[in-house]
Amino acid sequence: MDCVDQSNANAEAPSVIDRYYTRWYRADMKGKACEDHCILQHSNRLCVVTLAETHPILQEGRTIKSINYQISNGCSRLKNKVSGKSKRGAQFVTDFAPLCRITCSDETEYTIYSCIRGRLLEVNENILETPNLLIEKPSTEGYIAVILPKFEESKSITEHLLTREEFEGVVSKRSVSQPSS
Amino acid sequence: MTVMLPLKEKDKPIVKKLLSAGCCARCVLRFCCVSVQAAYRQAHQETLKELQAFIKEKETNEAQDSMPQTSTHEIIKSHDAALSLAVEEPPCKRAKPDPTETDGSESGSAALVCVVCLGILQDLCGPAQAKKIAETVKAENYQFDTLVLSVSLPAQLCVREHSCWLHVKKEVREKGLVLDKDDVIQVKEAFKWIIQGLVTKELVGVAVVGKVGRIKTLKAQPVDIKLSAYQLCLLCFFHFSRHYPCPPLEASSGCTPQDIQCLHVSVFIAGRYNKFCRSLPQTPWVIDGERRMESSVEELIAAPILSAFRADGFNFSSSGREDVDVRTLGNGEFLLLYWMVLLTQTINDSSEKVKVRDLQIVTREAMSRMKEGEEEKTKSYTALVWTQKAIEKEDIAFIDDIKDLTLDQKTPLRVLHRRALAIRQRVIHSMNARFVDPHHFYLGLKTQAGTYIKEFVHGDFGRTKPNLCQLLKTDTDILELDVESVDVDWPPPIPE
Repeated sequence: MDCVDQSNANAEAPSVIDRYYTRWYRADMKGKACEDHCILQHSNRLCVVTLAETHPILQEGRTIKSINYQISNGCSRLKNKVSGKSKRGAQFVTDFAPLCRITCSDETEYTIYSCIRGRLLEVNENILETPNLLIEKPSTEGYIAVILPKFEESKSITEHLLTREEFEGVVSKRSVSQPSS
Repeated sequence: MTVMLPLKEKDKPIVKKLLSAGCCARCVLRFCCVSVQAAYRQAHQETLKELQAFIKEKETNEAQDSMPQTSTHEIIKSHDAALSLAVEEPPCKRAKPDPTETDGSESGSAALVCVVCLGILQDLCGPAQAKKIAETVKAENYQFDTLVLSVSLPAQLCVREHSCWLHVKKEVREKGLVLDKDDVIQVKEAFKWIIQGLVTKELVGVAVVGKVGRIKTLKAQPVDIKLSAYQLCLLCFFHFSRHYPCPPLEASSGCTPQDIQCLHVSVFIAGRYNKFCRSLPQTPWVIDGERRMESSVEELIAAPILSAFRADGFNFSSSGREDVDVRTLGNGEFLLLYWMVLLTQTINDSSEKVKVRDLQIVTREAMSRMKEGEEEKTKSYTALVWTQKAIEKEDIAFIDDIKDLTLDQKTPLRVLHRRALAIRQRVIHSMNARFVDPHHFYLGLKTQAGTYIKEFVHGDFGRTKPNLCQLLKTDTDILELDVESVDVDWPPPIPE
């Protein structure tokens, strides 16, 4: 078998995310400061909704008190059941569709939004059992949901999203205007 | 030679009616449900004579009956005036001059095209036709042991058949008898009974079984029918006769054979292949019309085979579709290819990236065996694993002791776009770990078929549980993956 021929053993090899996903961002979702979402788009067009590292939930040592997928009287994201290859039965979400509501131990409440249009395939139930995953591994085990955009829209959905560079630009402007964080 | 026709008294009215209607001798036999093949093989003129003799017998109560070799003009009397137009020119043209027809066949109807089979059972199944078929087959230069004959008939025939059947059914019912449509011998069947033997004679040494060379016959005269032939044939007499006459209209000319095609039946090939390259996909990788990666396992194996076999097409089915970046070593995956045969050397010489072995012709049933194998087999892999935290040899020793670890794997995100969302339980039978450096080790695994190895290693967002990250309590990733073997005995190895 081929040997690992490269670099420093300590250097991080490109992660699964780096290899297969493209990061897209939505900053200040619904006008709320710093409520940034990160959408991981797989080369097969599936999108994973996650919190961007700048999201308030991930700051200042917060812990999560509860996560609720019941976003309204009639709608619980947990009831989303898809079947078959064509994912029948999936709830259709649009950019501003709420996915879940998170309450932190300091009583701050946040709503996580879809950010893209498509069929909701699954929401992460692991974070219901272990909310800490969301804090510790927001980009992997702490993901929020998986959405499958329509085939025709798979390119256009990213039109409203920021690339990594653009996002970093937005973030750096924040630190300038707000001296501390 | 004359064959004693197995006809009974009850068949007399049917025979009479059909002959008057313009049916040829063989079609009459069919409607009498005669299944003695020899009866069809004798010259139809002979059969006609016998039929005529038959209805003449014991005619004590039927003084008025005229000889049944009538022209079809008789049937016209029972129909609307409008239809008589069709008869203006008495049809006397034969579909195809049959050199074997003797002049003894004087009766008018022998010279006329049968109103049901349009001549197919008259002159289109004789030695001349058989010769043509045989010549076509020989010209195509195939090598074969068995030949299967199939024929395509124009839709009009089933309308005529239905018409005739309705015509006869009425008569039969009046006499308190029953004529079930299913008992009537089909034109196709009679045709094959007659022509198979003749074709066999021309192709010495080959048994003609049932279907391969296809003879397409073309109706010479279109008939204006508004309902589809199929729909028509479902109608009862009352409704049917509003669209089409019972018995059928005579035809001014019969069918002409369209063409004879030789087709290869499917050949199934099984074998094993090795993939030695990490940038070769299983099937052509094309997105939006653009090829993303050069070539594919499928193309490299199939191309030489298709040309060697002059095949028109193929289906490549493999049990185990490894990713582009995985190498398959050891005994290799087994594959099943339709429509092909190959010299192993041709494939192996044509590319360094893929090699095949144990190629053999198998039966269609082999498909199900391969699918079974997919469920039951185990596969062995070697993966190169990266760990985020620094490890020591002792940290990975416990891996060797893990036996029969059951995983719950949600459909990996990387295939979720095309597969149903589900949780699959898969077993890792055993593993072993070989330390390389503080951030790398080789992980050997023996797993149940269908286990997603990559997802076991990196966890797939925590959707495969348990996973290696959890076991080692660190982030892990997979850098390389090789299939070491597919632990199944099929297809049987071929000694080199």
